[in-house]
Amino acid sequence: MAVPNFETTIGLEVHVELKTNSKAMSPSPVGYGAEPNQNTNVIDWGYPGVLPQANQGALEYGMMAATALHADITRDLHWDRKNYFYPDNPKAYQITQQQQPIGKNGWLEVEVDGETKRIGITEMHVEEDAGKNTHGTSGYSYVDLNRQGTPLIEIVSEPDMTTPDEAYAYLEALRQAIQFTGISDVKMQEGSMRVDANISIRPVGSKEYGTKVELKNLNSFNYVRKGIAFEEERQAKIYLAGGTIQQQTRRFDEATGETALMRVKETADDYRYFPEPDLTPVHISEEWVQKVADELPEAAPERRKHYVDDLGLEPYDAKVLTQTLEMSDFFDATVSEGANAKRAANYLMGDVNAYLNEKQMDLQETELTPKHLAAMINLIDDGTISTKMAKKVFTAITKGEDPVAYVEANGLKQLSDPAELQPIIDEILDANEQSIIDFHNGKDRAVGFLVGQIMKATKGNANPGVVNKILMASLQARKPE
Amino acid sequence: MDFLHTDLETLHQQLVDKEITATDLVQAALDNIDATDPKYDAFITVMKDEALAQAAQLDAQGIDADDILAGIPYGIKDNIVTKDVLTTAASRMLENFVPIYDATVVEKLRDAGAIGIGKLNMDEFAMGSTTETSYFKQTKNAWNTDKVPGGSSGGSAAAVASGQIPYALGTDTGGSVRQPAAFNGIVGMKPTYGRVSRWGVIAFASSFDQVGVLARTVKDNAHVLTALAGQDAQDQTSSAQAVPDFAANLTTDLSGMKIAVPKEYFGRGVSEEVKTTIEAGLETLKSLGATVDEVSLPHTQYGVAAYYILASAEASSNLQRFDGIRYGFRADNVKNLEDLYVQSRSQGFGDEVKRRIMLGTYSLSAGSYDAFFKKAAQIRTLMADDFKKVFADYDLIVGPTAPNVAYNFGENSDDPEITYMNDVLTIPVNMAGLPGMSVNAGFANELPVGMQFIGDQFQEEKLYQAGYAFEQATKLYEKTPGGAK
Repeated sequence: MAVPNFETTIGLEVHVELKTNSKAMSPSPVGYGAEPNQNTNVIDWGYPGVLPQANQGALEYGMMAATALHADITRDLHWDRKNYFYPDNPKAYQITQQQQPIGKNGWLEVEVDGETKRIGITEMHVEEDAGKNTHGTSGYSYVDLNRQGTPLIEIVSEPDMTTPDEAYAYLEALRQAIQFTGISDVKMQEGSMRVDANISIRPVGSKEYGTKVELKNLNSFNYVRKGIAFEEERQAKIYLAGGTIQQQTRRFDEATGETALMRVKETADDYRYFPEPDLTPVHISEEWVQKVADELPEAAPERRKHYVDDLGLEPYDAKVLTQTLEMSDFFDATVSEGANAKRAANYLMGDVNAYLNEKQMDLQETELTPKHLAAMINLIDDGTISTKMAKKVFTAITKGEDPVAYVEANGLKQLSDPAELQPIIDEILDANEQSIIDFHNGKDRAVGFLVGQIMKATKGNANPGVVNKILMASLQARKPE
Repeated sequence: MDFLHTDLETLHQQLVDKEITATDLVQAALDNIDATDPKYDAFITVMKDEALAQAAQLDAQGIDADDILAGIPYGIKDNIVTKDVLTTAASRMLENFVPIYDATVVEKLRDAGAIGIGKLNMDEFAMGSTTETSYFKQTKNAWNTDKVPGGSSGGSAAAVASGQIPYALGTDTGGSVRQPAAFNGIVGMKPTYGRVSRWGVIAFASSFDQVGVLARTVKDNAHVLTALAGQDAQDQTSSAQAVPDFAANLTTDLSGMKIAVPKEYFGRGVSEEVKTTIEAGLETLKSLGATVDEVSLPHTQYGVAAYYILASAEASSNLQRFDGIRYGFRADNVKNLEDLYVQSRSQGFGDEVKRRIMLGTYSLSAGSYDAFFKKAAQIRTLMADDFKKVFADYDLIVGPTAPNVAYNFGENSDDPEITYMNDVLTIPVNMAGLPGMSVNAGFANELPVGMQFIGDQFQEEKLYQAGYAFEQATKLYEKTPGGAK
């Protein structure tokens, strides 16, 4: 809820963890769930005498992000050191790109309440993540450096958002844009996407921005929205009571939906940035930019256009299918396996989504494959199975079973062969002379009755379409004298 | 075994001919250290068991005629990490630090069959010009034990000059190989930045640091650099430049060589006896066929100030990792995390290191970056441009290595500014990333005077060529500090 007579200014800083095989500045593997400090080496420990080894892949991922966010790629750059002491930061500096970020002047388009708005992106830079401190009960604290050196990209927006919903929409658009590049999982719940929000309010018409407050511990997009909304009101109350806003860092409390003071910022932190002397400057050539652009997967807006224009999907369906890269890739693969696009779309948005929700799984965690889904859809389209039978087949393909083999093994085949159906239909008609007469007297109910009898005789396996066709032809042929 | 009068090629030939064994050489070095180190205090750690074991192994397999360094002992400055061997950087901070890996230079020399005999004293974290800032001991000049050995590679210089060992590794950030070589009358080479891998060198100032060689003669020095140089994937600032055999093709003829002498290198602060000795040296170079012209390096006067800003800034960042958390000294009885940092670093570092950390931290801080760090970086570019202009017309620059000969202990230690000014002639080379070499040019008050040869990037061959011809003409290396008290 916006507060009357005030306007809100929101800027977001988003950290995205890059899915490289090795760390940003060392050959250690990147991965989750390992024993503490298992994925580390002397470089990650900041051991005396070691030097960083810049991972070119991390820089390329940064170029991909810059391209996906419509930013200018910096062609000549060097790394910088950001200096601060903390036990999870073993060199006591972080290697980052302060003076020459990999991308500048980007933007994303968001849609809120039917209106499209462009949100500016100031810059994005590649940097290394810190380790993790945990505090034990025995009076000791523990440092796990597995995450130390994992490559990150920090994406800083312009203060272009004015409502919590715009912030939410920006994060959705950003997550999607990054996800479609394939450089990150961008999952808030796993920490591969992290959001800090800067928010200030000012009286409508005021030229100067209000004092900004930084919000942390925002662990979902929804919490970002709630936290900003809470801050709007909190700050407005202070203004209206004649107070002034203090520059603070505040923590969002998930339980109460409120924000609480973490620390007051009186002076800016002095990180004593300077060019990293252990790494040589980097030049990004035109060829390199081109190569990265060529490798970049197609972005969501282009895919949506293709789905609507070429495959005949409804715009809404196209939007749902491009919510995640996995879903869109799965759809594309199913279509290229020969499935009817509309039916593939319906299955993915319907049965597949329901299944994922029920199991709380991601597509790639299931045993579903585009090949199996396409084969099932083709069995429906060629009349082998009914959509009702397909329910059972769908359950089978979620367990990794081949639909064709499953249908064979379980006798699920629909009776579609006229040569098989004709004698059954003839038998039913022979036994129901009255129904034939009723039909020719214009009583349509007779048809329904006869179909029911045929289905009963075939235990429901007859193809209704084929049955209908043969039945009508046979009824015409038996017109009473 | 007399390392003072036997060069590497001779030792090598005797090993190949089985007149001596690697074990003999190692034992000789160990005996020398036993006999004279109480006097010179050059070594922090002696690698007796490791060296004897490696020698025995080499003797068992035989010395290959192609491996000039095989079976010959050498010393390692104590800021170069050695696996399983104490590496202190002469600091209380690393008093008990035993690394788990070898520096690339140590690995390369081991692959060449060279035998590390011990770790040499130095100024703490290589910060100093006298080796007086070492936490452990005071190394003495090989020619006069009342005098400083120079620094920061003072242990390396004294050990080689006194004949304990044939050669040693040092590091040179602002003159730390060349100046102690000059003070001890030996040959100290600081190669082009990027020529030798820095992997495993405990960083002082990353954009200046370079491993160098201290040896008795130019040719010995050239043999060692040939083994050390080359690109290393573990140091992304190391160069792919091809590495020649620096000891091959050295001649005594300097015909056609064009030498430039910067007038700024003979300015105020350079002592008369140094000037006289170097001027005589220049005459010798002329007599060998070189031409000598005076040139100007106009930004020389800003070098010291700019260097101490830039190198201290890098040092303030590099030394932050010594925080008492993972390795090294950790203070007891601390109240909280902040106190752990403050106490560990206050107690673990000596005064000179703290002075530079403060200077560097200040020049990088938000309010002073533009006025200090940025300005100094601009001066660095101007100084490199000065050199570029000269090297467009000349092969080499020659001048004194230091403004004076070795002085008494404590003479300058109260005034860091005077000590810093001692580096005025060596710093420009590090500012521009050039190779520089000090060769003994004679004696003043019975103390050696170093002559510095400076080349364009990756022109070490020219330095060795000129140095070799000069050395063969003067034979100054035949005079040894045997008569030192």
